[in-house]
Amino acid sequence: MITLDNVSKTYGSGPGAVQALKEIDLQVPKGTIHGVIGLSGAGKSTLIRCVNLLERPTAGRVVIDGQELTAMDAAALRQARHQCGMIFQHFNLLTNRTVYDNVALPLELMGQSRQTIRERVLPLLEMTGLADKTKQYPAQLSGGQKQRVAIARALASRPKVLLCDEATSALDPQTTASILSLLQEINRQLGLTILLITHEMEVVKTICHRVGLISDGRLVEDADVGDFFTAPGTQLGREFLNDFLKLEAPQALIERLEPEAGPDTHPVVRLTFSGDSVATPLISRLAREHGIDVSILQAKVESIQGRTLGLMIAELMGSDMQTREALTTLESFDLHVEVLGHVQRTD
Amino acid sequence: MSSALIDLVWQSTLETLYMVAVAGILSALAGVPLGVLLYVTRPRQILAQPVVNTVLGVVTNVGRSVPFIILLVAIIPFTRMIVGSSIGTNAAAVPLTIAAIPFVARLVEGALNEVSPGLVEAAQSMGATPMQIIMKVLLPEARGGIINGLTITIVALVSYSAMAGAVGGGGLGDLGIRYGYNRFNPTVMLITVVVLVVMVQLFQSLGDYLVRKSDHK
Ligand SMILES: Nc1ncnc2c1ncn2[C@@H]1O[C@H](COP(=O)(O)OP(=O)(O)OP(=O)(O)O)[C@@H](O)[C@H]1O
Ligand SMILES: [Mg+2]
Repeated sequence: MITLDNVSKTYGSGPGAVQALKEIDLQVPKGTIHGVIGLSGAGKSTLIRCVNLLERPTAGRVVIDGQELTAMDAAALRQARHQCGMIFQHFNLLTNRTVYDNVALPLELMGQSRQTIRERVLPLLEMTGLADKTKQYPAQLSGGQKQRVAIARALASRPKVLLCDEATSALDPQTTASILSLLQEINRQLGLTILLITHEMEVVKTICHRVGLISDGRLVEDADVGDFFTAPGTQLGREFLNDFLKLEAPQALIERLEPEAGPDTHPVVRLTFSGDSVATPLISRLAREHGIDVSILQAKVESIQGRTLGLMIAELMGSDMQTREALTTLESFDLHVEVLGHVQRTD
Repeated sequence: MSSALIDLVWQSTLETLYMVAVAGILSALAGVPLGVLLYVTRPRQILAQPVVNTVLGVVTNVGRSVPFIILLVAIIPFTRMIVGSSIGTNAAAVPLTIAAIPFVARLVEGALNEVSPGLVEAAQSMGATPMQIIMKVLLPEARGGIINGLTITIVALVSYSAMAGAVGGGGLGDLGIRYGYNRFNPTVMLITVVVLVVMVQLFQSLGDYLVRKSDHK
């Protein structure tokens, strides 16, 4: 439904130029919710603004539903934008229009009759839970309600694609959850394709099917959400994941960690594995086959898009030889092993 | 106070109101579109036209920097061409209008600049044309600021009209100068000042009320 083909964007020119996007290739199939995550300044907003050409890419093609937006003149582009709703972090509602009139705006712009506008706006307000707010002004609404108005407005022209730029970043966790479930419902009921930008893994975990990771203007990962959460392909991806899972070694342990193995040390490892059946047999196997005692310092299980993801920080207690063999065994399994450091034996 | 004097003050008040009303309406009719043009032709704006913007900007600044008293005299030939005379309330309305147009335009431009760029962007994402953005987003969203600007203009016109009156335009300024100053009649001087103060108060209150009523920010 959405195809970005080798899209680049440079702001400005000369020595002060900022290359915000670098050769982005992205496909979002019909009916998917695709998340894009990245650190501040990575180019997320630029990416989503390039999709409906609020920002014109310096190079590359943008195709939505078979129409190449980058090849259109201004009039055709305006027409194509009716196919493409957008919501924003700060809602961008017109303060001097009521809720009803805000939602009616895209239809007014298309020149629809009052009758048609009424027939479209009322069900949308119903669906977004705003039926009793039609005559209110945005200033009288809470953040969550404002975003609902914005969603209803974005859907008024019956678009095929919905673009969300940090749509929940200004909301508290509870309101975020309710907005996300609304988006999910829209995706399921209307088969709408959603591209959403966020810096929160929670958002990706809750509603996305696929996720892209953008770093310094490059799309460095593009994976199924289940895969990304179980085995990110990049260091940055792992950092996002660890940060999200908040699985760090206890502070007391971190202070004792040394980067290099010594004559009298044990390795401390972080294991990331998918599927619930993997961990326990593995630990008993390490004990059985390598004579290792595994001391579990911290563990966590998350369910992501129906898949189970486990994380564990453990100290492998055994002789030098034993622990080395144990690590080799661990690496031969379908899990990610990261040696965090080494601690002095206390036994 | 004699009834003749009351009559005179009343007559002058009406003349002032007439000059302010004519100049106010005409300058709004020309100044609002000019302000919109000044804004939308700015670089990176919806109808970015750097050359047009610079030219309009310079013209507007020239208009605003000429002292009113000089403008008043300098455009007498133009005034005569338009209203057929260089004295009277109609003649005074011409320089008042000319002076107020750039004033209104800058205030309108400032009011539009207060509209969040996010709103324009949202409208663009919906496929709005530049004209639709102006009519459905910029002007309605800047409504409070524009009414506020027009109020400031009206108040300024009240005092400028007194200056215009002094050179033969009639109105309260004329009255104050002729009776209050030249014939040294402090009562008349005081009355004109009081009427002007009350008038300004009323216009300001009315403007504030309209801003409050029209703005839902
Ligand atoms: N209009 C602009 N002019 C010049 N540079 C810009 C412009 N917009 C963005 N940039 C630059 O492009 C880069 C990417 O910005 P962008 O807003 O896309 O990042 P982001 O990932 O959305 O960040 P955040 O999470 O903070 O919103 C940044 O270096 C930014 O400074
Ligand atoms: Mg951003």
